[in-house]
Amino acid sequence: MSTPTANLEVFPRSVRLVLWLGLAALAAFPFAGSDFYVQMVTRMMILAIFAMSLDLLQGVSGLVSLGHAAYFGLAGYALAFLMPQNEAASLWLTLPLSVLASGLAALVIGFFVVRTHGIYFIMVTMAFAQMVFFLFFDNKALGGSDGLYINFKPTVNLGGWTLMDLDNKKTLYFFTLAAMLLVYGFLRRLLWSPFGRALAGIRVNEHRMRALGFGTFGYKLTAFSLAGALAGLAGYLWGVQTGYINPELMGFHMSAHAIMMVILGGMGNFAGAIVGAFGFEVVLHLFKDLPQVGSVQLGKHWQLWMGSFIVLVVIFAPRGLLGLADRLGRHKGAADE
Amino acid sequence: MSEVLLTATGLTKRFGGLAAVNNVSLTLWRDRIHAVIGPNGAGKSTLANLLSGDLPPTDGQVMLCGADITGWTPERISRQGLGRSYQKTNIFQAFTVWDNVRLAAQSRQPQQPWNPLSWLLTASKSIATNDRATRAIELSGLKDRRVAMAGAISHGEQRQLEIAMTLATEPQVLLLDEPLAGMGVAEAQRMVELLLKLKADHAILLVEHDMDAVFALADHLTVMVNGQVIASGTPEAIRGNADVQAAYLGEEHA
Amino acid sequence: MKSKGGTCLPFFSALHPMDFPTFLIQLLNSVQYGLLLFMLAAGLTLIFGIMGVVNLAHGSFYMLGAYLAYSLSAQLGSLTLALLVGALLSVGFGLALEWLLFRHFYKRDHLDQVLLTFGLIYIFEELRSMIWGDDVHGVAIPALLGESIPLTANLSYPVYRLFMSAVCVALALGLYLLISKTRLGMKIRAGAFNRDMAEALGINIKLIHAIVFAIGVGLAAVAGMIAAPVSSVYPNMGSQVLIMCFVVVVIGGIGSVRGALISALLVGLVDTFGKVLLPSVSGMLVYMLMAAVLLWKPEGLFKQ
Repeated sequence: MSTPTANLEVFPRSVRLVLWLGLAALAAFPFAGSDFYVQMVTRMMILAIFAMSLDLLQGVSGLVSLGHAAYFGLAGYALAFLMPQNEAASLWLTLPLSVLASGLAALVIGFFVVRTHGIYFIMVTMAFAQMVFFLFFDNKALGGSDGLYINFKPTVNLGGWTLMDLDNKKTLYFFTLAAMLLVYGFLRRLLWSPFGRALAGIRVNEHRMRALGFGTFGYKLTAFSLAGALAGLAGYLWGVQTGYINPELMGFHMSAHAIMMVILGGMGNFAGAIVGAFGFEVVLHLFKDLPQVGSVQLGKHWQLWMGSFIVLVVIFAPRGLLGLADRLGRHKGAADE
Repeated sequence: MSEVLLTATGLTKRFGGLAAVNNVSLTLWRDRIHAVIGPNGAGKSTLANLLSGDLPPTDGQVMLCGADITGWTPERISRQGLGRSYQKTNIFQAFTVWDNVRLAAQSRQPQQPWNPLSWLLTASKSIATNDRATRAIELSGLKDRRVAMAGAISHGEQRQLEIAMTLATEPQVLLLDEPLAGMGVAEAQRMVELLLKLKADHAILLVEHDMDAVFALADHLTVMVNGQVIASGTPEAIRGNADVQAAYLGEEHA
Repeated sequence: MKSKGGTCLPFFSALHPMDFPTFLIQLLNSVQYGLLLFMLAAGLTLIFGIMGVVNLAHGSFYMLGAYLAYSLSAQLGSLTLALLVGALLSVGFGLALEWLLFRHFYKRDHLDQVLLTFGLIYIFEELRSMIWGDDVHGVAIPALLGESIPLTANLSYPVYRLFMSAVCVALALGLYLLISKTRLGMKIRAGAFNRDMAEALGINIKLIHAIVFAIGVGLAAVAGMIAAPVSSVYPNMGSQVLIMCFVVVVIGGIGSVRGALISALLVGLVDTFGKVLLPSVSGMLVYMLMAAVLLWKPEGLFKQ
């Protein structure tokens, strides 16, 4: 039912310029902004990592998962369980374990889910995520509908020295920025690796990939697990930042938000996921903060504006903002000749 | 005596009550071209699908390069040494010609998606894969079209690409489903020359409608009608066979 | 094995003592829930099977039905009348929505469809909030159906729930007759099988698609309408039922109405009895069922 198209994988100059400018802005921002905005941008960067992890599945491999948030939330829960009530646990312990928990859950669920295709895959990923949601929602021992608190930020110590104090908002900001850049670098590398090229082939024509001798199930399962682990990294950071985890973070709405972020920015190149995550949050806040016009509180009806925005994006900009930028850049190039 | 590479015995495929392929047996030798002909709906494509693993057989057995591949998945059969090209062009339209063939060649590297090395190396830098791909591209005559988008080249060139991808997997047995479909006279001639060149190192099973090409190429012919083999032998024997003339050739050459 | 005080079924007594009247009540509840799910799943599976569109907003149509039942029964004074008017309105709404939006998305990526319908969920939720507010509402059961059939000295079963099942069965039968016995149904099946061929034979595919879509919307809305007195009318009531609906469609096999029926009844049984017998894992049971089915048959029980 779909014609797989080429993704924007190699960036034209215009896009690269925008990305470098964005990086410079992000690096300089904490020195100019207030604590409130530093926290907000940290949150956006966490969501950017979440979006990039989904882009690996959706943009590169062509697997549309409506249940990706399950792995986001699971790592947060892992952190909550690993963090003692009375003192902080170490980052060196909690981070790898939480990410591993998400990755393993993705491996197990992926084993069931990756054998399905197309629309089945979409529905089944959603259903399994709901299962995980209910596991936590219905069980008081796992926190129930109230969720769990994470009483401390994890410590980052090495041989008695405190390397980082994650309670400090600026420190957490830069830590998150570093994580985001590492994930981006890793995924860009992966895109051009034999694994990444095989995933792209699977997206474009899975049947032929099998006929050529590729065991596509193994590739898809690996991508699914890797994406789950990376989503877990984002969920871990979310838990560190907010100190609170609840089942909604694993829910359908969170998964759908991730999909929208990836599409908004442009799929398959990971930069789009970052742009989309930031863009989505900005648009959301824009709509929620709309002023009162006459007797109508416009901001109260943000769902209407958000929904219409999404519909318009699908109709007019299906390859997202970076796709638009690419198109405009090419038109300008053609006009210059 | 040349090497037997593939043997199919009693291959049958039933869909409900209908046998699309019924008790078909054939043998493929290296340095021989074996053509399967028959009217539309004879079951030729289904037979090809059974041999390549795209469909599991209801009955029968297939041996390939010494292994019993009956019921194997397409990817396993490909790794065992069978390369298939498709009647309906089955390429990666969104990639360049080079990327298509390079990816096909990459299939011969050890498949370890879980290995972090395969996530970090650069695919385009693999010498072995690049060599394989270059050989396949040169054999199929697409050297000058490497950077063209596969979706934008001509139909004949796409059929060449179809073959190039199959060749890049360095198979022992070539299963070619109507490689000449939709080609003009010059292109078809080029394809015939290519197939004659490939014959020496491969066993080739050719499913074709183009009778001139078939009689020019084939060492052995199998004629299928309604899922069954009605005749099997040398081109001369088939030409003289009354059943075949009545069922098939008679209509073509009337 | 009958005795004066009621029957104890051996299997259940190991987990939870359940006498026969209680078992009967749970069975009837299972069937009623299953049939309700079927109404939604049938529409979803038809729309996907024939037009290839995944519609996340399907739960919104269920919600629309419930809210229509609330307003119309208040305005018209009778639930039955509200059902008829509401059904007509929903079908009309379905036709309009198809014409305006959905028909342009049949050929597009599933991803685009997911996105579109997710945007629609937002829009519908907000419109609902603007038109009907955010409070929880009740819908009165008509007096005629307000009785209960006594089963034992202490237990009885509400007639209204039997009415719900009856309506679902009637609509299911109607759907079956429509698809297998009428010319329209034949055209629908032809269009599902081979769209181009059907068009070449002169079948107005666009009209067929519009009708199928409208039927799907209508079924979902009617389900919401008859469920309203039992489940109440509240915001977000669509999302919970949507996910169950998806599970039913996946288990049954996409495009198969028969599969949807069997799957819906199965899900109804597992969910209802699960809540009674194994409450701590009841939320997960249906998904485990789905996992088991998928291991056995990756394309559902009745692959089209």
